[in-house]
Amino acid sequence: MNAITQLGSQFIHTISGLGKTAFMLLYVVIGLPTWRGLTLFSKQLYFIGVLSLPIVLVAALFIGMVLGLQIFNILSRFGATEALGQAVSLSLLRELGPVITGLLFAGRAGSAITAEIGLMKSTEQLSSLELMGVDPLKYVVAPRFWAGLVSMPFLALMFSAVGIWGGYLVGVKWLGLYDGAFWMNMQDAVSFSEDVINGAIKSICFAFVVILIAVYQGYECYPNSEGISRATTRTVVLGSLSILGLDFLLTAIMFGDF
Amino acid sequence: MPSNKLHFFAGLFVLAGLLALIFLALRVSGLSFSSEESVYEVKAKFTELGGLRERAKVSMGGVNIGSVSDISLNNRLADGSMGDFKAVVTFNINSRYDNIPIDSSAEILTAGILGEKYIGITPGSACAPGFDDEPLSESELSACTLKQGSTMEYTQSAMVLEKLISQFLVNMTESGED
Repeated sequence: MNAITQLGSQFIHTISGLGKTAFMLLYVVIGLPTWRGLTLFSKQLYFIGVLSLPIVLVAALFIGMVLGLQIFNILSRFGATEALGQAVSLSLLRELGPVITGLLFAGRAGSAITAEIGLMKSTEQLSSLELMGVDPLKYVVAPRFWAGLVSMPFLALMFSAVGIWGGYLVGVKWLGLYDGAFWMNMQDAVSFSEDVINGAIKSICFAFVVILIAVYQGYECYPNSEGISRATTRTVVLGSLSILGLDFLLTAIMFGDF
Repeated sequence: MPSNKLHFFAGLFVLAGLLALIFLALRVSGLSFSSEESVYEVKAKFTELGGLRERAKVSMGGVNIGSVSDISLNNRLADGSMGDFKAVVTFNINSRYDNIPIDSSAEILTAGILGEKYIGITPGSACAPGFDDEPLSESELSACTLKQGSTMEYTQSAMVLEKLISQFLVNMTESGED
């Protein structure tokens, strides 16, 4: 009996959470940054995008270099080291760029957003905003949502570009691959509309999911220090898992042959 | 932080992202902004494609002159009767190369040992001047070159390793019986 009650309440809780998220999304989409709210938006773009650059770019450089090294070692067994360029660029553009940027994004920006909004809630800043007649969804949530949605594809593109440069450094500058073969093979294999654009679309989808989770967790967290910490953890875990799951789906749709 | 500086950094960020996009477009995917070049379609029938895909390149003397646009199986003719079950490959050739002789042959080749399959075209001699060595007239030229919708008669299918090996084995046993 008790178990059934618990199941029911869990179910209703989940459904109502989904409903709240949908309403939140609706309000946030309506609350597209206006010219007056541009400063709020810029501030979030600076925080979410610009300040994420160091971690994203450094990670990209090292991942590109490691990819270059590993794939070079494997390809040299078959005497096909010229294919290094296409292997590095395709894996970065299609998968690693969007996914790792998404994971870093969830860990760095998503957790911060949840913690910030959660603290705003527990110190009752959100309710005082409401008392002053300012919609917190529009004032607090919308700028973060839009800034995340805008900054993520740019971050992913920069990740791919820097990663490919890292692969170039290792392959060409260090291991002595011929420069022209590296780029020519890459240009033959990579198609702009299929690989670059699909990677960008992937990253936008990831940003959408991560930001929505982060904002919702912050907004609905239990207003004390433990609640905030739990909500932050949930954002990172749920965000990362949904990125990986969504990545499989998107890959199946975009690159699957059926 | 003053909002001017914020806007500046946000703008810089977007600019850097666009630069990365341009790098990926031009340097990595080799996108060129030339307008869509005009092409004409030519068909060829093969008994075996052996891994030829759409978008594979069509080359002549090593120069890229077009790409494969469609691959289908000729299993039914237009009147509903049985086809010859050959693969029909449709490919686009750049209009710049509009004087390829109509008896040119198409074969499916492999780039490198494990590379992509592509179509190589070897020029025929339909447009060679006759015994009188007079240059061909306009109408003669148009009759002896490939045009939109024409079909190449001479094709050579892809080599399939298993078939080669079985052929080799058959030859071996035959020569062993002698």
